[in-house]
Amino acid sequence: MSGPVNGPDSFYLKKGNVMALDRYIALVIAVIFLVYGYTAFFEMDGLLPPILKRNPIWPSTFPKILSVIGVLAALSVVINLEKAGKQVGDDLDIAKWREYKVVQALLLVGGMVLYALTLRSLGFLASTFLFLAGGSILLGERRLIRLVLITAIASYGIWYLVDTVLGIYMTPYPSWFKV
Amino acid sequence: MLEGFLIGLETALSIKNLLMVIGGCIIGTFIGMLPGLGPMSIIAIMIPVAISIGDPSAAIILLAGVYYGAVFGGSTSSILINAPGVASTVATSFDGYPMTRKGKAGKALTIAAIASFAGGTIGAILLVLFAPALATVALLFHSSAYFALMVVGLSAIAAFAGTGQITKAVLMTIAGLVLATIGEGAQFNMPRFTMGIMDLQSGIGFITLAMAMFAIPETLFLILDPNRSGKPDEKQSEITNLRITKDEAKQITPVIARQSLQGFLIGVMPGAGATIASFLGYAVERNLATPEEREQFGKGSVKGLAAPESANNAACTGSFVPLLTLGIPGSGTTAILLGALIALNVSPGPRLMEDQPEIFWSVILSMYFGNLVLLILNLPLIPYIAKVLTVPRTFLIPFILFFTLMGAYIGQNNATELLILVGLGVTATILRFAAFPLAPLLIGFILGPMLEDNFSRATQLYDGIGFVWERPMTAVLLIIAISLIVLPAWRSRRAAVSLTK
Repeated sequence: MSGPVNGPDSFYLKKGNVMALDRYIALVIAVIFLVYGYTAFFEMDGLLPPILKRNPIWPSTFPKILSVIGVLAALSVVINLEKAGKQVGDDLDIAKWREYKVVQALLLVGGMVLYALTLRSLGFLASTFLFLAGGSILLGERRLIRLVLITAIASYGIWYLVDTVLGIYMTPYPSWFKV
Repeated sequence: MLEGFLIGLETALSIKNLLMVIGGCIIGTFIGMLPGLGPMSIIAIMIPVAISIGDPSAAIILLAGVYYGAVFGGSTSSILINAPGVASTVATSFDGYPMTRKGKAGKALTIAAIASFAGGTIGAILLVLFAPALATVALLFHSSAYFALMVVGLSAIAAFAGTGQITKAVLMTIAGLVLATIGEGAQFNMPRFTMGIMDLQSGIGFITLAMAMFAIPETLFLILDPNRSGKPDEKQSEITNLRITKDEAKQITPVIARQSLQGFLIGVMPGAGATIASFLGYAVERNLATPEEREQFGKGSVKGLAAPESANNAACTGSFVPLLTLGIPGSGTTAILLGALIALNVSPGPRLMEDQPEIFWSVILSMYFGNLVLLILNLPLIPYIAKVLTVPRTFLIPFILFFTLMGAYIGQNNATELLILVGLGVTATILRFAAFPLAPLLIGFILGPMLEDNFSRATQLYDGIGFVWERPMTAVLLIIAISLIVLPAWRSRRAAVSLTK
């Protein structure tokens, strides 16, 4: 913990940050809905074959309605129509982000992206092993022999289950490795 | 009706399906105990497995078993290590964990199991009574009224989101509906909003979205805050005495009876669900208790433990009523089950009971068997199953993330889906930091295609949107939907304004 937890300054900061975050997010969503609405109102109908234009319902009809209601809902969060205070829940508090392990979390997210990109080229076994072992080491696991054993058995075991028992094919080996 | 019931009984009692319930319950309990994986994520992971079975009854029975097991597993971890995996078991930890601290973990688990069993059983009986009647009424609905009914369901979900959360919940529901319009829908043979990305042609997979909304944020929270996952202490390893006394049984019986009924009724309402049922159940029983008993609440009261447990299980069963009879999921979990049913080519709704009685009834009956399995099989095994809590987080977290990735990959067999999953998962984590409720987004996403379908049919039938005011039932339902959102939002605004004065 850093600083006085119940001091008036920390409270103000905490409250201010959270209030700001949800309203900023709502603003971003409002912009996304505006782009969505623009596409629905001005871009989609041109592609429609003339015969379908006689139909009372077009592919763009429902998105048009959604975009209008969506922008209104997003703006009502932006202007805080409900006068919502800070929500108390079991969730983490963004104001304390410095106390959290942000780097670890970002690295693991990076690991997931890497896993997605290498799953096909490295094959299931190697990429899964690397992801599981890398993740464990990143989180502080230092008993390496145990780590290698567990992740190797798990990678093979899961591949066997998915491939043989469930019958879903997954490339086990790297693409350049021909058996 | 009796004929359908007997067909369902026959289906549910087949060896294969009994094994499905037992297997599902055990898998569910195991995984449900782990932090980071609530019932929604577990069901989402199990869907590819269920679909590979092929037989819709068996698949849905397996998933229902997993659901019950996961709820029970969640209660176990809140009792043993004060780490409720899901919101609906938070109230369980109020009195369950103090009992563990006093060395009565075994007793607490037994009470939880009995209360869950009774809640689930009474819920299942009420479901048998309620569901067919509701389905008969629902058959009278036309596409316009059905569209309006779905809108009512969606607004009820937003309205129950809590004070100051309603506009956010509405926003999330619409975001879900918007996400559902991506890709090539069934009605129009043209891709929408794919931004030229080929992999979006078939839309976003609902398992991917479910994982991204629930499993990934929870796991990232576990990484961000290492103290978030509870650690088992010495006391917890000695779950020896599972017995309860006659006196305790006498104390909890009326509590269980009341809370099962109340929980079921709350569960039937869309959006209310198990969380509200368990908190309300706890509060009601606390008020009804004698002053001496009230003192005990929060310090390890058997009544305080039995109340939320029976209420949340009865509510879980109750939430199947709108799912099976109207095809409208009332909670995130039933929304995922609805997605699974659609993937299995079963369309839940009023016709399900008539067209596929074996599925309708076997699901209801297997819920009952699921509860029985939990009581007679899982409870004695709990001391061993609880060992899973000692898995170190350095292994646990990478594995949870891996299973999340696998769930999305197996469902779509497409590596781009994994990138979509990570992107949506990070977005969901940010949304959770800003206290946006995420279940409405998923429910909106799953109901989106059906909502648009009924809207389109009604529009075609009436050659325009005149049905909104020409059909009295539609108009009334839509007015209800609007007031469900406007009234509580206005009230919370007024309360906040008067508070600042």
